[in-house]
Order: sequence, then structure tokens, then C-alpha cells
Amino acid sequence: MATYRELLGRVKAEIAEVDAARARELIEGGDPVILDVREQDEWDEGHIPGAIHIPRGNLESRVEAAVPDKEGQIVVYCAAGNRSAFAAKTLEELGYGDVVSLAGGFTDWKRNGFPVDQSSGLEPVQRARYSRHLLIPEVGEAGQLRLLDSKVLLIGAGGLGSPASLYLAAAGVGRIGIVDADVVDESNLQRQIVHSTERLGEAKVESAKRTIEALNPDVQVVAYQERLTSENVERVLADGWDVIVDGADNFPTRYLVNDASVWHGIPVVHGSIYRFEGQVTVLKPGEGPCYRCLFPTPPPPSLAPSCAEGGVLGVLPGVIGSLQASETLKLALGIGEPLVGRLLLFDALTAEFNEVSIRRDPECPVCGEHPTITDYIDYVQFCTGRPEHAR
Amino acid sequence: MSVVRIPPTLRAEVGGERQIEADGATVRELLEDLMSRFPTLRDQLVEGEEIAPFVNVYVEGEDVRTREGMETEVLPGSTVILLPAMAGG
Repeated sequence: MATYRELLGRVKAEIAEVDAARARELIEGGDPVILDVREQDEWDEGHIPGAIHIPRGNLESRVEAAVPDKEGQIVVYCAAGNRSAFAAKTLEELGYGDVVSLAGGFTDWKRNGFPVDQSSGLEPVQRARYSRHLLIPEVGEAGQLRLLDSKVLLIGAGGLGSPASLYLAAAGVGRIGIVDADVVDESNLQRQIVHSTERLGEAKVESAKRTIEALNPDVQVVAYQERLTSENVERVLADGWDVIVDGADNFPTRYLVNDASVWHGIPVVHGSIYRFEGQVTVLKPGEGPCYRCLFPTPPPPSLAPSCAEGGVLGVLPGVIGSLQASETLKLALGIGEPLVGRLLLFDALTAEFNEVSIRRDPECPVCGEHPTITDYIDYVQFCTGRPEHAR
Repeated sequence: MSVVRIPPTLRAEVGGERQIEADGATVRELLEDLMSRFPTLRDQLVEGEEIAPFVNVYVEGEDVRTREGMETEVLPGSTVILLPAMAGG
């Protein structure tokens, strides 16, 4: 039976230790994983820049997801070098081939005057709210802070905007803009779940703002109670948006959103629905096609009835709008493989997803090699043949 | 024979069917077979000799405009998707 001191001494004899100066050389000279195994409150008070945080008690269960590469070097540290010694031993037992423990720990690192990251992290109440995100290695605290700092503009607070706005708000997207000129109508409530019966007659943007703020007080909602037009689009975009979620219900707005997003370099998460079928894609300027590459010309009205004319299954925008929210979170976090260059098709009746490839058109009048459309046009005229003022 | 998926906006022209079997070694032959049986499809699918600019045609998941257009080869058993833009949100 060994005492703690004896056990610690035995473990330290079996692992590799470095002092703070050597640890700094390793960090600056190479690209090791820096692993902090202290508790949350210790981490919050400051940590080595670029470190990932896994408390010692969760090390075995979480490290393989957070650090999949077992060949690369790991510099592990705690406060004084004891917990990290045991952690280094455990990591070696898990098959990590090159692990060093920082002798003297973070205390010694600070005493040497080496860089410390004291950026404010999550509040305790946020840590509880987003705990299921914090457990995912691809999100974690850094990702959650990134979401809280991100700005997403929703075009439309209707069928697609309802689930998209709710999930983005719940996920902690810090700033959500919503553009919609309409008021809540009885015929909306079969699918537009951000609104409710008591909001009938209320502006959709105000109704959505109330629902979102009740769901998550971290979210700031910017309401634009207007239809997006060539005249106001620059003012709306001047508020600074990272991603646009297109849930518009008409072609003129979709082409306008496309052109503006190409010129501003803002990715658009596109969704559209009709009856039992929906389409989702990510139109990322510079990386993939734009909406005009996909559909150079809007269809004649006979071939493109709206949901108001042809109907839509109430849950369909729930599926498509949620996929839009998922793609938006991936873009905001910079993770995964977004639907760039891929159009996802969903058919609720057969419960089938299909995917087709979509490519940039070098001849595209907006994002092509020799653009011919370089300023906003009359989008109503472009889509319907009738000028805007004739609406 | 190939399977052609009919979008909801065109189903009225084909008696409500979601997919139709059609014959042809190229997109042109396949669409001609389809349009000969369902003549009102013609105005919705082609302009002159080409695919209408507001309809996308995918053979095995690839947009035929990025291949040989109407002359794109269609192998027996292929799935062909006709896809106009949808505006609904």
C-alpha cells in the first residue's frame, strides 16, 4: 500500500517532465497540444493561450475525442505539476506516445512572466445553459463563445424562419436580425411555431423577438419590419452579419439576397419548401456556386406557385428550417462540411433525402469571371416581368 | 429505361405521378420520350432545342448543364431529377 507521496514520486519517475522555460520552447517551436487538467474555476482565472481544458476527473472519458492524434506531442499542466503528472501517466496508458508534464505547473509558468489568456469565459449560468454544447469537443467553451459573438440575419420570420430562429437562439447565437414586413395571420400558425394565437395581428418580427428573448436572454434581436428591397438592403447589411438564412417566400427577395451576399461576401444558408418537398444548400461566395449559378432564371409563375397558392405540410419547414439552423451553426463554428456545392433535397412523403451537385457557373452574371450585373436591379421586374412599382 | 423524378409543380401534367419511367440514351431522347407521352410538359421543360433556363436536370446527381447538356448520356437504370426552383419559405 503506497501513500500519496510515494505514489506521486513513483509516477513522476515514470513520466517526462519539463520546466516552464522548456515548455515555452516546445510550445513556440512546435505545435504541441497544450492540455490543462485543472478545475473550471482555476481555468477561468487564466490559462496558457491555446490550451484545451479537460478537468482531471474527465480526462479518460474525453481526451480521445478532444485529441484524436496519439502520435503528436502533448504538454499537460495543472497548478503545480502533481495532477498533471498523474494525467501524463494516464495519457501514456491510453497510448499517447509523446507526453510531457509541466513541472511547477501554471504557477511556475506565471511566475516566469509567460503569456496568460485571461479572456472572460462563460458565466456560470451560461455554463449550465450550454452544458450540452460544452461537452462536444467540436464546440466546447471556445465554440460557445464564438456562437455568442456571432451575428445571423434571417430573411423571413415565416415557416423556415420560425424553427431556424428558435434553434439559433437556443444555441446562443448572440445577435439575430429578422427581416419581415408581415403580421401574424391565422393561416401562419399551422407551421410558423415562433408565433402563437395570442400574437395574431402583431408584426411577425416583434412576435419572433418576444419568443426568442423569452427562450434565451443572451440573444439580442434586431427587428426589421420591412420587406427587403434594393433600397434598404445596404442599410440592413451595414449592421454587420456573418451568415444570412434565406427563408423568403418569393423569388425577387431570393435573387436580391443572392446578389447582395455575393457583393458582401456573406454566406447564405438557402432553404425552400413546397407541399411535401424541400431544398437546402449553402451558397458561400468565393467557394461555391451562388443562387444564380443554380437557377439562372426564375421560373414562370405557373411553374412556381407559392405555399400560399399550393400549400405546404406544416412540419416540412420544421425539417428544412432546422437543417438551415444546423448549417448556420456549422458555419459560425467553422466545423464540419457545410452543404457548399451540394443541394440537399428532402421528400417528406417518401422520407427520402437526395443530394445533387451544384457548381459555379463561370458565365454567372453576378459571381462569374466577367459579371454583367454589378448593382441592384428591379428584382420584381426580373422575376415577374412587371416593374416593382406595379405591385 | 430510366426513372425520371417529377417535381410537385409538374405532376399535374403527368397525371399526378411522382416518377415516370422513360427511354433514351441521352437527355434529349429521354425528354422527347417523356414529352411525346405528356405533351403539356414541353412548354415547362424546353425552350427551342434546349432545356428551359428555369429547370435543372440532374443525371445521377450531376447537373447536365455542367456536362453535355441535352446530349448528356443517360445509362439504363439511371435516376434523372427534374428540378425547378422553389420560392416557398
